[in-house]
Amino acid sequence: MNLSTTTPALETRGLTIRFGGHVAVNDVSCRFTPGTLTAIVGPNGAGKTTYFNLVSGQLRATAGQVLVDGQDITGLPPSARTRRGLGRAFQLTNLFPQLTALENVRLAVQSRADAGWSLFKVWNSRRDLIEKAEAVLERVRLADKRHVAPKALSHGDQRKLEVALIIAMEPKVFMFDEPTAGMSVDEVPTVLELIHDIKQRGDATVLLVEHKMDVVRSLADRIIVLHNGTLVADGEPAEVIASPVVQEAYLGLEAARA
Amino acid sequence: MTATSIPALFDETRVRGGFLQGLLSSDLPRSRVLSFILLAILAILAATPFLFSGSQPLSTAAKICVFIVLVASYDLLLGYSGIVSFAHTMFFGIGGYGVAIALERLGASWTSVAVGLAAALVLSALLAAAIGLLSLRVRAIFFSMITLAVASAVAVLASQLSEITGGEDGLSFQLPFELRPAFRPLSEPLFGVTVNGRVVAYYLVFFVALGVFLLLLRLVNSPFGRVLQAIRENEFRAEALGYRVVAYRTAASVISALAAAVAGALIALWLRYNGPDTTLSFSIMIDILLMVVIGGMGTMYGAVISATLFVLAQSYLQVLMEAGSTALSGVPILPNLIHPDRWLLWLGALFIISVYAFPGGIVGRLRQGRSSRA
Repeated sequence: MNLSTTTPALETRGLTIRFGGHVAVNDVSCRFTPGTLTAIVGPNGAGKTTYFNLVSGQLRATAGQVLVDGQDITGLPPSARTRRGLGRAFQLTNLFPQLTALENVRLAVQSRADAGWSLFKVWNSRRDLIEKAEAVLERVRLADKRHVAPKALSHGDQRKLEVALIIAMEPKVFMFDEPTAGMSVDEVPTVLELIHDIKQRGDATVLLVEHKMDVVRSLADRIIVLHNGTLVADGEPAEVIASPVVQEAYLGLEAARA
Repeated sequence: MTATSIPALFDETRVRGGFLQGLLSSDLPRSRVLSFILLAILAILAATPFLFSGSQPLSTAAKICVFIVLVASYDLLLGYSGIVSFAHTMFFGIGGYGVAIALERLGASWTSVAVGLAAALVLSALLAAAIGLLSLRVRAIFFSMITLAVASAVAVLASQLSEITGGEDGLSFQLPFELRPAFRPLSEPLFGVTVNGRVVAYYLVFFVALGVFLLLLRLVNSPFGRVLQAIRENEFRAEALGYRVVAYRTAASVISALAAAVAGALIALWLRYNGPDTTLSFSIMIDILLMVVIGGMGTMYGAVISATLFVLAQSYLQVLMEAGSTALSGVPILPNLIHPDRWLLWLGALFIISVYAFPGGIVGRLRQGRSSRA
């Protein structure tokens, strides 16, 4: 990996957030280069999702900066960050419950095409947006459920739709927050294949918060470990997993629980 | 393309060309009964001057046209965007006062109408944008409270500034010559009816209302309208998808305010009068809120049906009850119950029953009936 010469797609510098006296994310500096899938691991409450929220703008940092392609986006609201190329899939499924699966994806495609401010056209006159949304649904294997609303979809299908939304946004940086959480065992491979597929196609930068170590091992090029909001390890998967700090902070806990 | 498993399912993503599709922005009534009712309302409103004699039916029809616009524009806010505003009649009032003040001060000319309407539209847009930008970031309940406060302030202001607004008495004014009863555009009666300035004024109201309604229908079915619905469903997600929620909501508020101001201008032109009771009153605000809910939130067509029903009930329920009360004059209690003075009670009862029976509103109920048969 050539971390020093390429401009990172995403970088955080000293990113910190305090809730009262509690420091949820503490001085995290990290660079994410295009074409790399980085897994973010750590025990519950380590600050992984909070870190994601700081990057995608749902939370405002107490200190530190977030940079996309070298540009500071720390002051921007989530919508502006999305338009700069950050794509976020949420841990708890976060969709438009009453709209059809197709409309959910079409809205993401429409945002990407910057067509939201078209007031006097009928929405379905943009065939291109609908076709693109259909292609994405095909890719996540939900084409046959295009007219079903998320509230009527199974949990697994909702997760796939969540992935469909992020694919439809065509971001530079994909952020997955436990994409397989709560899925049945036979559905997990589909989602992992999709993420693998995203990584294979072009120069995507992928961040993946994941608990399942086998998943991390098979997908990640790099692992960073958060513990009590602090970055405690960063490196190649095999090396990080073997390191004592990880064994103690994370895997030790897992082993103790099992 | 995959074959859909349910071929009977209505597929709105397939564009079928055609004039009607374009006019209705691909948002067809989708129910035979609903289509029939809408066509009947349209036909009767279009032909009212030739179907009924006297001024009462024409006034009722004009009021229906105005309320269709007013309720539809409120549906854009409440039904499509999920914004609960209590300031809608404020914009209705601004439209009315704009035209009224201009016609009274500048004389009875079309220029005055244009100046008054333009000023009202600019003021409405500025006010709606200011309220939106300042307060649409806060929680929904606070936004509602702020609209309530602003609307009350404006109502007080309108009654206090009696030099300009006529205070509680309102303003009466002269219309441009072409809209006065003395105007005769045709030398011969048409279909047995003498076409005068009142008929011209009615058609002005009718066609402007029709145009604004179709424009609103287009807006809610545009990519923009789809974003509003997404925001209503899940504001957080819409923002994360890249849509600037505050900007979209503010835009919806401004558009809705503009349409309400046009409706206010129309009612003032029709009545040759504008005052606090005809456009600014809070009871009208409650009425349009109820009409949106009863017609079906987020349907647009609901506004047509509920505005028609409501205005008809307001105009004729008392007459109907009077007749009923007289007919039952020998029976105990009953004549008292349906005495014309109780009409609000019965209107209220009708509302409660319809909200319970049709949670999706009239249009929701009619469309549901269709899909369950399919």
